[in-house]
Amino acid sequence: MEALTSPLAVDSLRKSYAGREVVAGVSFKLAPGECFGLLGPNGAGKTTTLRCCLGLTPPGAGSITLNDEPVPARARQARERVGVVPQFDNLDPDFNCAENLHVYGRYFSLSDAAIRARIPRLLEFAGLAGKADTSIRVLSGGMKRRLTLARALVNDPDLLMLDEPTTGLDPQARHLIWERLKQLLGEGKTILLTTHFMDEAERLCHRIAIMDEGRIIAQGSPRELIAGQIEPQVVEVYGEDAPGWARDEAGRFAKRHEVSGETVFCYVDDAAPLLAHLERKPQLRTLHRPANLEDVFLKLTGRELRD
Amino acid sequence: MSIFFAPQLSRRALAVWQRNFLVWKKLAIPSVLGNLADPMIYLFGLGYGLGGLLPHVGGVPYIVFLAAGTVCSSTMNAASFETLYSGFSRMHVQKTWEAIMNAPVSLDDVVAGEWLWAAAKATLSGAAILVVIAALGFVHSPLALWALPAIFLTGLCFSAMGLIITALAPSYDFFMYYFTLLITPMMLLSGVFFPIEQLSAGIQAASHLLPLSHSVQLIRPLLSGTVPATAALNIVVLFGISIAAFAAALVLTRRRLLS
Repeated sequence: MEALTSPLAVDSLRKSYAGREVVAGVSFKLAPGECFGLLGPNGAGKTTTLRCCLGLTPPGAGSITLNDEPVPARARQARERVGVVPQFDNLDPDFNCAENLHVYGRYFSLSDAAIRARIPRLLEFAGLAGKADTSIRVLSGGMKRRLTLARALVNDPDLLMLDEPTTGLDPQARHLIWERLKQLLGEGKTILLTTHFMDEAERLCHRIAIMDEGRIIAQGSPRELIAGQIEPQVVEVYGEDAPGWARDEAGRFAKRHEVSGETVFCYVDDAAPLLAHLERKPQLRTLHRPANLEDVFLKLTGRELRD
Repeated sequence: MSIFFAPQLSRRALAVWQRNFLVWKKLAIPSVLGNLADPMIYLFGLGYGLGGLLPHVGGVPYIVFLAAGTVCSSTMNAASFETLYSGFSRMHVQKTWEAIMNAPVSLDDVVAGEWLWAAAKATLSGAAILVVIAALGFVHSPLALWALPAIFLTGLCFSAMGLIITALAPSYDFFMYYFTLLITPMMLLSGVFFPIEQLSAGIQAASHLLPLSHSVQLIRPLLSGTVPATAALNIVVLFGISIAAFAAALVLTRRRLLS
């Protein structure tokens, strides 16, 4: 069965620019029908990894197999069954919505009749049913993203690659994209996406690889990562006195704590003793919550800004 | 990792051509008029204004002499503007090429599609002038039809050269250098406005190295109904520069976009 082979297998991928290693030995393998997320701060090497997978830049070392084709050697053939949503919209501003889809279909050698037959369904999927003749210049950011997603589906691909698909969108637009991606997963498509939104990764991805400085530093399902990488409970402590309290007392109650401005993040297995202690400190406000993917991410990649 | 490999070309280059054609169709009439207006103003202004002061030039009224040159220079200008300004917009500003390369189309296909498109558009530009001057009665021989492939070859040559500059350009401003340092002097030294025999021997020799002079040497006789004296040489030079410039443009574009 064809479906048993991996849509994308990356092994020991390396890529350097001007002597700086941007991707430093990345390996992962997608299972058919899963959503796999590459999660990492800016500059972690996510986009470069995607470009290598598509054969748009030659890897320094390592091997890539995309849709059973070696990349970059047969990248063009491999891309026949891939749909790509790039990080920045590159829809054709000279065309309306339907023309954007039509012209893109020709790049896959689809016949004009075949493309024309697909366009209404694609526009409907994108929530742009009445907008076939609308210039893309007047579309909102969310509409453009959805049209870009529809464009990526024009060749009915088995694998979708999305580079930060919801960056810059408002919450309504993000939720709509997520809903559509879930629908595509339901239809059996495989998805590879990059993101730095934890909620996006947690909602959509079956498996996640956390990347930092060109390496995958943790890989697994969101639940596995939270269970395996971090204490289950988090108590956030706020207030002017919080840093002082952290210095003098946090260590007695929390295995691990981090200070960020006037907030202290305490990571604990059992929050009860800490909460009891904090009840006697009315000047400190507290928030008790289960650990989430963002905690894992910040633990593994640190809190410093990545500009 | 190398940017030197045999061109990876396929029929998908034609889809790139078609994309540009579809955009052009939306603005076809203003585009053709725009391409005609500027050269026509020069042709009539200089042809009648300056031509009135001149005896026959190259054995014909000055406006007839200039008309043949204008066909060549308009073709060159159309090819250059298309590959520089429009090509750069698609490559760098709109990221249209990037979008296409996410589909199963190679960068080489994209560059080839752009090349053939710009050559076609330049041919239309040159041919439009040809039609106008024929309507004015400046063309007398069916040999003039052979000017069409010569115009296309001129378009291929200058489109390929333009693609090199586009591959190197950091921004639109860069194109000024190409026009002021190469295109404008070439127009003056290639026999568009006056016979190159007017120039000193050294400059005449240099003129023979310019592709536009070969285009003029090919097209002017055809329009006046004679077979060009150096047709084979002119064709080989224009074709040779076309192929060499296209190969260079491929390598430079790969270096820019595939690293």
